[in-house]
Amino acid sequence: MNQYPVVRVMDVEGTLAFSSSLETALHIYQDMILLRAFDEKTLTLQRQGRVGTFAPSLGQEAAEIASAYALDRQDWMVPSYRDHGALYVHGLPLDHVILFAMGRSGSYAAGVRALPSSIPIATHLLHAVGLAYALKQQAEPAIAMAYFGDGATSEGDFHEALNFAGVWQVPVLFFCQNNGWAISTPVHRQTHSETLAQKAEAYGIAGVRVDGNDALAVYEVVRQAREKAIQGHGPTLIEAVTYRAGPHTTADDPTRYRTSNEVNIHTAQDPIRRLGEFLIQQGLLTKTLKEQMMRDSKERINEAVGRVEAQGAVMVGDMFRHVYQTLPTRIQRQWHEWEDRSHE
Amino acid sequence: MSEKNMVEALHDTLSQMMQHDPRLVLLGEDIGVNGGVFRVTDQLLTQFGSDRVIDTPLAESAIVGTALGMAIGGLRPVCEIQFLGFLYPALDQLISHVSRIRARSAGALGAALVIRAPFGGGIRAPEQHADSAEGYLTTIPGLKVAIPSSPADAKGLLIAAIEDEDPVVLLEPIRLYRLGREEVPDTLYRVPLGTARIVQPGRDVSVITYGAMVPLARAAATQLQQRYGWDVEIVDVRSLSPLDEETLGQSVRKTGRAVIVHEAPLTGGFGAEILATVTEQAFWWLKAPIVRVTGPDVPFPPYAWEDWYVPNVSRIAHAIGQVMAEE
Ligand SMILES: Cc1ncc(C[n+]2csc(CCOP(=O)(O)OP(=O)(O)O)c2C)c(N)n1
Ligand SMILES: [Mg+2]
Repeated sequence: MNQYPVVRVMDVEGTLAFSSSLETALHIYQDMILLRAFDEKTLTLQRQGRVGTFAPSLGQEAAEIASAYALDRQDWMVPSYRDHGALYVHGLPLDHVILFAMGRSGSYAAGVRALPSSIPIATHLLHAVGLAYALKQQAEPAIAMAYFGDGATSEGDFHEALNFAGVWQVPVLFFCQNNGWAISTPVHRQTHSETLAQKAEAYGIAGVRVDGNDALAVYEVVRQAREKAIQGHGPTLIEAVTYRAGPHTTADDPTRYRTSNEVNIHTAQDPIRRLGEFLIQQGLLTKTLKEQMMRDSKERINEAVGRVEAQGAVMVGDMFRHVYQTLPTRIQRQWHEWEDRSHE
Repeated sequence: MSEKNMVEALHDTLSQMMQHDPRLVLLGEDIGVNGGVFRVTDQLLTQFGSDRVIDTPLAESAIVGTALGMAIGGLRPVCEIQFLGFLYPALDQLISHVSRIRARSAGALGAALVIRAPFGGGIRAPEQHADSAEGYLTTIPGLKVAIPSSPADAKGLLIAAIEDEDPVVLLEPIRLYRLGREEVPDTLYRVPLGTARIVQPGRDVSVITYGAMVPLARAAATQLQQRYGWDVEIVDVRSLSPLDEETLGQSVRKTGRAVIVHEAPLTGGFGAEILATVTEQAFWWLKAPIVRVTGPDVPFPPYAWEDWYVPNVSRIAHAIGQVMAEE
């Protein structure tokens, strides 16, 4: 028997109640629209050569946005490369997200409690555990949450992080978006376990499986796990079951490894449409409001792209400036050498 | 004989070697159904089946660690690490086990395995996809490290690596994967590990380099030949470990001047080893201090800075000018 049933709010009656206000649900919806518009815009920019390789979160908007809504600003977000949506909700300005896609900066903004997106898979889960230890030690009422994918559960660092978290009983959440694929590897070739959530059991921590395309359920599950962690009742591994509707990145060609039939079946579960229909039923959303949201999103994104593209070329010195807090003279010398060359 | 780019040369060689030696197995992330993110293993799954072309779960330490077990057990594994920057989780396996199993078993056991990994910058890749980590690998005794700069060498080095009884890391410059085509013989031939190649002979100065820097060195040499009539010799190291001290020494004893070029950061980079070796071999013949052209001592930056970071033709030409200016 599967002991990790998929938790839902929408579509299935009474499984879970949504505890927050419907206004929150509407805000979540609005940011999901924004994220979709952002990804579509960035894919276009990539084709035009205006940004580099980019990992869209098409189809994962509920998991990205609603999970971040469940956090408080003093919580630490520890993201990976596909989590610009969650970072935006947590406070990262849209301009920074674009700068990151343009290879002009790390995805970091001062004052936002989020680490730069981790590229080496699963390595950052350990940082979340360490951050949670520091929060606990300093009696801060906050948690750390790491974002990662199904593929990450195969790396040693995933297992080490869950184990430490269990031993230390620190306020950390592991938010795993099971989007069905790790580039070309389907989940059933990634693990012989029936679910990813059940891996929590081996480390003596809680595991929850949530419908990752049900924004309200994602919000609810993260919120509850967060409460539990803050109360000192330990970490949780959350498996958000979703689907990567687009390519892994702009460098990927998914037709090499999956059928359009499979994609169609899953995109019928589109999280934006699902939440939209729910909000319409609740009388909170109208067609006009939806169209307004889409227009606003596009406008905000275009403005941000405009601002970023109006910035001049990068300064060679910025490559050196932050390698150490105090630059050793040997590197200062290199900086000068490079600076001189840049004026040639 | 046919014209191939480096990806095609590597692909066809793997296919040929798989037919030639039934012990060969390929393992890595996305190498089967997807044919590898750079398509080096395209269609090999269809050709050889999933027992021999293994799409692994996402874990580099497991890829290298299981490959060692396979090798000891009688197979010949060829691992693909998706990008060199993702080899790091497997360094423990490489350093603690793969490289020293022969020494620890007094010669009884060996790690006849190959690790292939694309590396280096120049294609506007995301962060941490462009590291040049060859220097760390050459510090590991027991391991061999080779880097091709042409399709034909890629074939010869890959075959030599596969046939070697000891572990070999073959680093493939991403920027050269599809840069140009050349004639690649159909026969199974080897580029012996431990041999450098004189890309073009010259009298005035030796440019010692490898990988994606070789075409840049050639362009600089052509420029300087036309402008000043300087006769530049280019040495492609291609086997970093073991290193061909003899060819390097001979070249610099002839020219009396040397410029060393690599993309990795300066400090502790492989250029330091080349410089020390050349100094040992040719000190009394030197007419000028040796100059290194490398990446700066900073982590490989986001790609907007890439063109600043990676050495280019003008930096190489400038360095050659520097050593030529000395009497
Ligand atoms: C240590 C490491 N190995 C390999 C890679 C290359 N790589 C980037 S994303 C990816 C697949 C990740 O899949 P998953 O964890 O499911 O996350 P998703 O991309 O689906 O969000 C791979 C293999 C990497 N970034 N880091
Ligand atoms: Mg995935």
